[in-house]
Parts: sequence; C-alpha cells; structure tokens
Amino acid sequence: MTKLAQWLWALALLGSAWAALTVGALGLELPSPCREVLWPLPAYLLVAAGCYALGTVGYRVATFHDCEDAARELQSQIQEARADLGRRGLRF
Amino acid sequence: MLAQFHRGPHGGESCAGGSPREPEGRFRPRNKYSVLLPTYNERENLPLTVWLLVKSFSESGFNYEIRIIDDGSPDGTRDVAEQLEKIYGLDKILLRPREKKLGLRTTYIHGMKHATGNYIIIMDADLSHHPKFIPEFIRKQREGNFDTVSRTRYKGNGGVHGWDLKRKMTSRGANFITQILLRPGASDLTGSFRLYKKEVVQKLIERCLSRGYVFHMEMIVPARQLDYTVGEVPVSFVDRVYGDSKLGGNEIVSFLKGLLTLFATT
Repeated sequence: MTKLAQWLWALALLGSAWAALTVGALGLELPSPCREVLWPLPAYLLVAAGCYALGTVGYRVATFHDCEDAARELQSQIQEARADLGRRGLRF
Repeated sequence: MLAQFHRGPHGGESCAGGSPREPEGRFRPRNKYSVLLPTYNERENLPLTVWLLVKSFSESGFNYEIRIIDDGSPDGTRDVAEQLEKIYGLDKILLRPREKKLGLRTTYIHGMKHATGNYIIIMDADLSHHPKFIPEFIRKQREGNFDTVSRTRYKGNGGVHGWDLKRKMTSRGANFITQILLRPGASDLTGSFRLYKKEVVQKLIERCLSRGYVFHMEMIVPARQLDYTVGEVPVSFVDRVYGDSKLGGNEIVSFLKGLLTLFATT
C-alpha cells in the first residue's frame, strides 16, 4: 500500500468514526458535553498539529550543529593539498 | 597493525568480534570501493577532492578506485582530471567523460560501467562531502551488513557550516514534511553522499525517474520496499568553498513535486 493510500485509509476511518459519533448515526447517543468537544475536534487537532510542526522545526533549526571545526580543518587541508599537488606537477 | 591482516581489511576491522582470520593459502577477494564523482565545472575543487580521497583511502587501507564523470565542463575540469590520472595512475583514477550535461541517473550508470569495485560510493566533488567520512561509512556498513549507508546532517554530531537561518529553516522544514509523509527510516534523504552494495545501487537506479534532490530520495526511499537495510553516519557538510550554491524557487518546486510523487507511488 502506498503512503498516500495509508493516509487516505486512516483519514476515511477516523473521519467516518467522527461523523458517525457527531451526527448520532448507529443509534449512539453521546452525552452533550462529549459531543460539544467532539464536534470541533478535527479543527483542534489541525491547530495542534500545526503548533507541533512549528515547534519541532523551530527546535531543530535552533539545534542545528554548526561545524566550525570542520570548516577550519578543511581550509588547512586545502592548503596542504594545493602544495602537494603542485609538487606532483599539477597545473591548476 | 594493517600489515598483520594482509589478506584483507576484514581481519583488521572486525577483530572486535567479527569473522576470524582467513587461514593461509585460502584466497579471499578483498572488497573494493568504486567512488563515482560526477563533475560539472569543478576545476578548482576536483583536485582537492581527489587528494583528500587518496589520503583517506591510503590511511585506512581500503582498496579503491575513483571514477570521474565529467559532463563536458567548459571550465577545463576534464584537463585537470587527465592530469590527476597521470599523477595517481590509471588503476586509481579513471576519467569517464561525456559530451554534455545529462541526468544524474545516466551519470551514475555511465560511471558504473566497468567499475571494478563491489561497493559503490557516490559523492559530490565540491568539498561539501569530506572523504574522511568514507572509512566510517565502510565500518558502518560492515557493522550491520547494510545494503546502503547514507550520510545524515541531522543526527549525532552531524551538522552544516556556511548556512544562514533561511537555508537551515528550508532544510529542516523540507525534511520534516518528508519524514511525516514518507516515514522513510532515514533521517536525511536528499544527500548524495552514500555507500551502496553494487547490486543494490543497480537495482535502485533502474527505478529512478527524477533529477536533482528527488533523484537521491528515489535512491533511498524505495529501499525499504525492496527489503534493503539502510545505515546512517553523521557527517559535517561544509557548504561550497568555491563556486555557487544552488537553491532557488525552481529547486523547491521540483522537490515538492518529487516528494508528492514518492508519496503517491511508494
């Protein structure tokens, strides 16, 4: 099953469960407070997902390693390489 | 230490609980690593990359060859490659040129023709991929007998240098979406610094259709579908020392298109 198919399945399943419960089909009558929470639940989840996404990406950007040492090491290796290659006859 | 394990690096590398030394007289072919280096206008960087590769492989003792695939660079990259062939010898450096810039897929296929290694390493020639990590890739591969080992900038002590905030945000944002949609089992998918078993890369490359970033994603995302295992090594990515980095609107659009295609087809 492709990822798209998995997502569609999951959304269809959760979506129909939510719809069935809010509309009261299947003869299931939930108490009023439950329904009041259930009805806007998808919107809440969307907002929560958005916050999670922003938070996670923000955290990952903030903790993105900056490789200063690697850059310095590379610079000195470039000097070494140019000198050695020059000795071996490379015309840059 | 390497002198003792003359039969091959296996003994030296896996003495901490791996396979026993081969008895004298039994022939065991050594592993060989073919490094594929696609180049386009890398006259400055290519000799430095090759020098670092030679240094890394000589120090670690692994058997290798470097195959340079130049796509008709107008800046004289081909000349430099020919000089390098003379300096290091044709058993180590091979130029496999082409007339003009064609896709990455055909570049690697062209590079692999007559490659004598049983492992293929792909990397860029612009010094953003440092050959010092190659022995780590090799050790990682042996550790888990992985079918492919990929670099990651996002885990362990992996990282980047030379990126501004915008670039970091784009990178992390794109990776986040990719992880959510594809759940690929690898933390860094757009990379072109990888080690593959030869038969694995040949199988994967048959299925690739795209270009650029997406090509490299296509070379790893379907790996799980095909029951291939993927290992990761944290690396430092030092962005372009010479030359221009390319991340424009076009790249972003084609990345998203490719991502959605992979989402719908794997």
